[in-house]
Amino acid sequence: MRLTLERRRWLWAYAFIAIPLLFFLAIRIAPVIYAFWVSLHKWDPIALNRPFIGTENYQKIWSDEVFWHAFRNTWTYVLLGVPISLVLSLLIALGLQKLIRYVGFYRVLYFIPYVTSLVAVGWVWRWMYMPNGFFNEILSRIGVGPFKFLGSPDTALYAILAMTIWQGLGFQIIIFLAGLESVPTIYQEAAAVDGAGSWQRFRDITFPLLNPTIVFLLVTGVIGYLQVFTQIRTMAPTGGPLNSTMSLVLYVYQQAFQQLPSKMGYASAITFVLFAIILLITLAQLKLFSRENNEY
Amino acid sequence: MSIDPGVSIDPQSAALSIAEGGAGNPRPHMVAEQRRGWKHRLARWALEAILLIGGLGMIFPFVWMLSSSLKLPGDIYSLNIIPPTFTLGNYREVLEQTEYIRWFLNSLGIALVTTASVAFFDSVAGYALAKYRFPGQNVVFILILSTLMVPTEMLVIPWYMMSIQFHWTDSYWGIMFPGVISAFGVFLMRQFFGGVPNDLIDAARLDGFSEFRIFWKIAIPQVKPAVAALCIFTFLGNWNAYIWPLIVTRSEEMRTLPVGIAFFSTESGSAFHLIMAASALATIPVLIVFLIFQRQIIKGIVLTGLK
Repeated sequence: MRLTLERRRWLWAYAFIAIPLLFFLAIRIAPVIYAFWVSLHKWDPIALNRPFIGTENYQKIWSDEVFWHAFRNTWTYVLLGVPISLVLSLLIALGLQKLIRYVGFYRVLYFIPYVTSLVAVGWVWRWMYMPNGFFNEILSRIGVGPFKFLGSPDTALYAILAMTIWQGLGFQIIIFLAGLESVPTIYQEAAAVDGAGSWQRFRDITFPLLNPTIVFLLVTGVIGYLQVFTQIRTMAPTGGPLNSTMSLVLYVYQQAFQQLPSKMGYASAITFVLFAIILLITLAQLKLFSRENNEY
Repeated sequence: MSIDPGVSIDPQSAALSIAEGGAGNPRPHMVAEQRRGWKHRLARWALEAILLIGGLGMIFPFVWMLSSSLKLPGDIYSLNIIPPTFTLGNYREVLEQTEYIRWFLNSLGIALVTTASVAFFDSVAGYALAKYRFPGQNVVFILILSTLMVPTEMLVIPWYMMSIQFHWTDSYWGIMFPGVISAFGVFLMRQFFGGVPNDLIDAARLDGFSEFRIFWKIAIPQVKPAVAALCIFTFLGNWNAYIWPLIVTRSEEMRTLPVGIAFFSTESGSAFHLIMAASALATIPVLIVFLIFQRQIIKGIVLTGLK
């Protein structure tokens, strides 16, 4: 009797999980294997002949200058974007936490960019960056400029980065605020009684207790910045000038969907490089988390 | 100084107090600071001023977008925020030249259907993983979890080939299929269903409820905030999605709003009075929805961020 009951529950569980499981196998896992298969071929969807070329696509990556450009740029987006946005959002969250009134109003102000479409706000920023756009008009009033912003290989990447940081800041602020809320106040007060200054209280109490929040934002931030695409495609559609804003995902998109003949095989090989990077970061995160748990 | 490691953080209550809009629990040192003299009051004013300037800076691009979209083509380079002459002509022109209404409805329909599908299937799967013990459970869980590490951008090539093979390109199903179930949501729902007491479920079983009815009538009402959060995330993500709809759509009628706006803007050259009107048309509906539901949306984001 007990066995049949157990079996019946198994059946229910399988029924519940069946469609999602099939979906993940067909739409998320099989395509990875298929993409790997494609990456071993010279693959043009229109051509009838798609020769197997082994690891040639992967070897080609090494000597592809544009790939390395995109690779370096992507890391610039990550290594500048993540720390700057985390420091800024933490500072703003600390400020907002100290406010007594209108907190909801300020929170909405900072959060608005996060809910809007990257394409639309990308165009707004592109407009403000124009040679005769808002920024240059303001700068010319104080006698500086004009700057090319998106038009110069020296500044275009930073112009896009500024917009990206602006867009994601609200999310990070909200998560930091929640993290700060969950830091128990008793420690703060005890330390204040002991004569600790506010910087000391932040460094020795708030910051260590914020660790899980910081790790979460670090990982989501790094993975997000590694995949920058929409803002570049909107503000510098070809990844230019001179490939100075090209990111890995934009390069994949160009190779697979914009070039004729389409290089699907080569583009797939590049996605595996990106995949390897993201996998390594995720594993590092798991390790970081488990080490933390050991400490406790 | 050593810190008691046994501090438990309760994400739900933190989320609630954040979302209520207050400064959270009243902090005694805050009250004390208020009583201290003018120096502290000055510091507080300075802080408020900095945060206000920063906040206005955050929304300035939207102000500039609206301002440009309401200006005559000849006034577009004027630095006045208030347009010298107000015009709705740019909006009329965008609505006439594009399939805006169609794109809007495409985006809305796709986002709504996808959200409903994700909410249902992710809840069902999360519930099965949290509240049943069955052979192969760990394998299933790890399988689903591992898909979280595969970025969407990586899969667009095989998805595109699938779409061609099955003639899904340029169809609603073609735009939607990659997102109708989300691994993130399964994981999220499993976490939250884990907090539903087993006694509740066993009691319903004794009352003769079927397993599906227990899920639907007993378990789901317990995790409503999580379902709401998942819905918000899924809706926003699909409404703003760009790379996949860009790849899979061909005809103008099948475009989603971001894809349509992107094509229109690119083709408009430097007619920024029109581009800003188009951007405003893409932005304003979301802004209105956000301003109405901002409390719930922020609460939802906090809730998922802390799990």
